[in-house]
Amino acid sequence: MPSMYHQVLIVGGGLAALRAAIEAKDAGLGVAVFTRVHPVRSHSVAAQGGVNGALANAEKGADDTIEKHAFDTVKGSDFLADQPAAITMTADAPKRIIEMEHWGCPFSRTSDGKIAQRPFGGAGYPRTCYAADKTGHALLHTMYEQAVKRNIKVYEEWTVLSLVVENGVCRGVIALDLRDGDIHPIGADAVIFGTGGTGRVYGRSTNSIIVTGSGMAIAYQAGVPLKDLEFIQFHPTSLFGNNVLITEAARGEGGYLRNVNGDRFMEKYAPKAMELGPRDIVARSIQTEINEGRGFPGGYVALDLTHLGAQKILERLPAIRDISINFVGIDPIEKPIPIQPGQHYTMGGIDTDVDGATTLKGFYAAGECACVSVHGANRLGGNSLLETIVFGQRAGAHASQYVKGNGRGRPSEDLLFDKLHEVRGRWERLRAADGPEDPAAIRDEMKATMIEKVGIFRDAQKMTDAVETVKRLQDRYQKVHVNYRGRRFNLDLLRTFELGMKLQLAEVIARGALDRKESRGSHARTDYKDRDDANWLKHTMAHHTPGGPRFDYKPVEITKWQPEARRY
Amino acid sequence: MSITDTKPQLKGQNVATVNIFRYDPSTTDEAHYDSWQVPITGSMTVLDLLFYILEHEDGSLAFRYACREAICGSCALYVNGTYRLACKTQLKDLKATEINISPLPHLKVIKDLVVDMDPFWEKYERIRPYLITRDDLPEKEFLQDPADRLKMDDMVDCILCGACYSSCPQCWTDPEYLGPAALVKMNRFTVDTRDQANQERTKIFDNEHGVWRCHTIFNCVEACPKDINQTYSIQHLKRRAVARRFGGK
Repeated sequence: MPSMYHQVLIVGGGLAALRAAIEAKDAGLGVAVFTRVHPVRSHSVAAQGGVNGALANAEKGADDTIEKHAFDTVKGSDFLADQPAAITMTADAPKRIIEMEHWGCPFSRTSDGKIAQRPFGGAGYPRTCYAADKTGHALLHTMYEQAVKRNIKVYEEWTVLSLVVENGVCRGVIALDLRDGDIHPIGADAVIFGTGGTGRVYGRSTNSIIVTGSGMAIAYQAGVPLKDLEFIQFHPTSLFGNNVLITEAARGEGGYLRNVNGDRFMEKYAPKAMELGPRDIVARSIQTEINEGRGFPGGYVALDLTHLGAQKILERLPAIRDISINFVGIDPIEKPIPIQPGQHYTMGGIDTDVDGATTLKGFYAAGECACVSVHGANRLGGNSLLETIVFGQRAGAHASQYVKGNGRGRPSEDLLFDKLHEVRGRWERLRAADGPEDPAAIRDEMKATMIEKVGIFRDAQKMTDAVETVKRLQDRYQKVHVNYRGRRFNLDLLRTFELGMKLQLAEVIARGALDRKESRGSHARTDYKDRDDANWLKHTMAHHTPGGPRFDYKPVEITKWQPEARRY
Repeated sequence: MSITDTKPQLKGQNVATVNIFRYDPSTTDEAHYDSWQVPITGSMTVLDLLFYILEHEDGSLAFRYACREAICGSCALYVNGTYRLACKTQLKDLKATEINISPLPHLKVIKDLVVDMDPFWEKYERIRPYLITRDDLPEKEFLQDPADRLKMDDMVDCILCGACYSSCPQCWTDPEYLGPAALVKMNRFTVDTRDQANQERTKIFDNEHGVWRCHTIFNCVEACPKDINQTYSIQHLKRRAVARRFGGK
């Protein structure tokens, strides 16, 4: 039987992946989606607050423009975003959002029936379109409906383990069917990754447990550079206890942050924007209050919505009310929600251009796994859902064009099977692994190290420790054991395999962060407190080598706005 | 099977007895329950418990998970006689020292707690689960009155976890029955002011495997972890079907 083959092979089932699949299918190509979980289970579903676009629907947003949206994005990024990319994203935003509406997305509405928009952090206007506080759920279900409408083939509970590359051209993937444990080579003319971020390298993450970063690691191993991976977003408000996300919309709708004394401490840090400062600044402010003893015992502050009234909370913020009641027994209508900053987003990722193209021909990436870069050193809330639908579409379109012009058809069986044997060899060695080291212990230590030492506040000492710890964990990983050797739905083996990839990414994050001797956006160093445009206005590029990452740098595209001090 | 070296010690902690359904159809082993004593902490959820067992007791355990915040729909299970999402169920709320965890009943087991959801998705696909428009699309968004948007509120909350489908006696006995989740989705589109396919939609649900198969037993409403009223949607569709037969719109 010949190997499987699809013209355009999409990896991932979230918004960016499905949007790319739809675009390629509409271009008339043979498309298949390979996804570790059923598409509607993907992490996009957990996005809450909304998606940004200068629709100018809100009363106070009538003057909004795509240019203002782009400027807010660039300023929010601490000027590390590539400005043409930010402009591309904000210019595409209205048509992509309207398209989702035409496809049935149940957006909340203004009184005159338009898509409702709310204020969000770091934005000059209310431009965040929303569906209550379940916007990711509304968008992902709509996107999946459109995939079903088009009969797009989905391989559910398949996970990709490697790319197949021939003479600098991507020719397919090697993938595991989790349900029977078989590993298959799959040929393709173009491969598009929409595989998500790498949040679960960290402890205290808001992310789904499946956000392992494996897509990034697989690209990295295939020689595609990872860009700006040291920029990790810490969301100001994750639920104290289990770090489930409490949307920025809670503050967009008027919520206050209070310390143990009841003070709205944001007036010290962002006197104008207050609670609606950008995420990096608000997260640091909260952490400073906690570090300086003005947090509540255990280390949290209060997100106070009690003054918003029951009606507004029930209408606009029902999901976070449920979350708060369910997980900590607090009804935000009556009492403030205990929150602390939590790892939330990976600004960096697979280096791509505005069409999702990478340095590897035929290989594309979009969404959180990619770094275009539009988020630079700090992403604005509401721009990640936007990124998925804009760059998913663009990657799908460009990949389709590429396939029509350069498609080579089925790759040779020799190529596919050579790679299969290599990957299967690695997999089988791990399946037989019988060393003394416990993968769960390594995973726990990695997560604790990353949140403690490459977290909100960083310095050389902590990051040097982190790099050494990660190196040591990588050594221990070589002597790991697996607890189950069966084939069917072997979570133990898959998670242990993924742990190896997480450790690679942890090293890229920690080393890139240690090398960057400045503070910019989410990368806040107590030993280099200022932004240093003279030396560090550049993208970190990490290249895979057998001994660890090799770093070089790439200039930032500054075409419209010169860097200025960020005040909010 | 090696017991891993970081297993927490059970000393002076609250301990629960956990019984989990086990079955791997690719082996000759019969379906059975395995039991463990597990130390429980204050806010531990059923999903935390499953990870504890996977990491410290038995690496062969299979279950589904993703968001751990009750929005992805991966982890619907049958826990102590009730349909629940593992991620949002805290052990202390079960008020029991013995915890019994089974896969969603009446679905084929792939392994342990992982069931074959294909019959569920087939019904979902059959109802044409997407907005159908006929006229030219407006340049900007469709205008929709907030009151009309509100009519979909309950239905668009569905996370497609399959709890209702698994709980419905009509689904057990009529494999062609569309079932509660697909009919909620159907109703979501029939009440959407933007949708223009009511004629075709009615043909899909106005038949013996559609809404008329529902006997208003309300199992679905009871099973739903998102508090959606499936029976309301189904009754709404029934009224629509009747109205059409009497010449209404």
